[in-house]
Amino acid sequence: MTRRAAAMLMLLLSALAGFAPAAAEEPLVADLSSHLIAITTGFTGTDVVLFGAVDGAEDNAGEVIVVVVRGPSNDIIVRRKQRVMGIWINRDQVRFNGTPSYYALASSRPFDSNLDATILTPYGIGLDRMALTPETAPGDLGDFRAALVRRKVEAGAYVSAVGQVAFLGNQLFRVNFHFPANVPTGSYLIEVLLVRGGEVVSAQTTPLVIGKIGLGAEIYDFAHRHAAFYGLGAIAGALLAGFAAHLMFRRR
Amino acid sequence: MQIYLPIAELSSNILLLLVIGGAVGFVSGLFGVGGGFLLTPILMFLGIPPAVAVASQATQVVAASVSGVLVHWNRGNVDFKMGLVLLMGGLTGSSFGVFLFSLLRAVGQVDLVIALAYFITLGGVGGAMMFESVRALLRRRRRPGALRKLHQHTWVHGLPFKMRFRKSRLYISALLPAGVGFVVGMMAAIMGVSGSFVLVPAMIYLLGMPTAVVVGTSLFQAIFVAANVTFLQAVQNQTVDVLLAFLLLVGGVVGAQFGGRASGRLPADIMRILLAAIILTVAVALGYTLVVKPDDLYSLAITAANGKTP
Repeated sequence: MTRRAAAMLMLLLSALAGFAPAAAEEPLVADLSSHLIAITTGFTGTDVVLFGAVDGAEDNAGEVIVVVVRGPSNDIIVRRKQRVMGIWINRDQVRFNGTPSYYALASSRPFDSNLDATILTPYGIGLDRMALTPETAPGDLGDFRAALVRRKVEAGAYVSAVGQVAFLGNQLFRVNFHFPANVPTGSYLIEVLLVRGGEVVSAQTTPLVIGKIGLGAEIYDFAHRHAAFYGLGAIAGALLAGFAAHLMFRRR
Repeated sequence: MQIYLPIAELSSNILLLLVIGGAVGFVSGLFGVGGGFLLTPILMFLGIPPAVAVASQATQVVAASVSGVLVHWNRGNVDFKMGLVLLMGGLTGSSFGVFLFSLLRAVGQVDLVIALAYFITLGGVGGAMMFESVRALLRRRRRPGALRKLHQHTWVHGLPFKMRFRKSRLYISALLPAGVGFVVGMMAAIMGVSGSFVLVPAMIYLLGMPTAVVVGTSLFQAIFVAANVTFLQAVQNQTVDVLLAFLLLVGGVVGAQFGGRASGRLPADIMRILLAAIILTVAVALGYTLVVKPDDLYSLAITAANGKTP
């Protein structure tokens, strides 16, 4: 618990130290309202605000801010069911390695074909364009890839709607990201890109840690570190609860 | 009111979990079944991962069974001798079941085997019970005065190691209840249930125990089988969510108390028909999901959270 808190603090400090001096020269500065989302037992989801500033260019007609949020990566197996003797059975499967557990996107203006060709496709930004690396490649890989994204969107782990980066005046901008109750835990990276004239002029990466805190974290840690004691404790608790309930009802 | 479940890693409604626990606890106390075969599908429907649902409900079954068994104990309706013999078979059977489970996992398709096992056992047991009890009910209505022989002598009574079970008013071979316990223990390990829905009818029809004793004795052995499942799941998979189990058992123990009381008021044959109807409903619902085309043919499974940032 304390070790985890210390690690988070270190990450935070290094992140802050990383871009504080650079801020004077860079055309883009951005930061989060909070670098740590604490999942407590009452957690029902939360909002994080990313805010920042760009240097005031005279002509900002082609200026776009693109923000990408990525969760920690997992390996995911996508399975497809097939009917065998009247019963639906998992048959073919494709394993995707290093898949982000969470993905969201925001932009200061709607995506157009121009932006798609110059930035989004080359950088692999967006659910349709992001890099998902399959371990094996069957003929209908596209179906499996589409299914992975579709199921993730349904689960709320991938956000299909592009968020709105709002400009306050000419230089300041902000964007709101919502993280649902079942958000995956771990270290997130938020990438902010400043695009001018079809090129990325400046980019900044800022970390976000989503972790369990308090009772929930204690339970999770104990269950993994002292599994046998945890199991015995659960049984003892259940026995006591059953006995207590009996006594309670007998007196009435 | 929402609460974050630390092992299931999602938020759920406290009241909903309490009500579900209570309803399943009532059924558990009423019929002397652990209720796992009802609870696991319901929890999975709420979006709780199957592994967490199976493991956490086992913890809840421990509490519900203790609470239920005490009610029956006060009425003198627990045959401890029979329970111990069943349990010896049950522990052997569950060890064998764990071995069988790893074998199935190595071959693949363990999910399908579990679903099929549920469908076949629930369908078979529910169907047989329904058929038997309805026929018995009709026969009794038609010939109210007809006398029934206490029990028939078959090859079963020729088996060695005969034991006297006073509470159950039986003098049978110990191999019979031990064998029943073995099969139920094996199923418990594979399907993640306490197996009472098979044990209760087996005790009534196979062993010929009086229905009143069956419920208490079944609950008695369910405590140990469910405790065993809880421990193994906690050690091997870390999938026991104590917070989820706690909420379910608060509802469950209260429900089991009411269920235990209500069980004395209902006629035995009506209870059998009700239990058969519940078991058949679950079997049909499970069978339907196997046969009907799923909404999405694709499913995801996270294999390794390698913890690396992108």
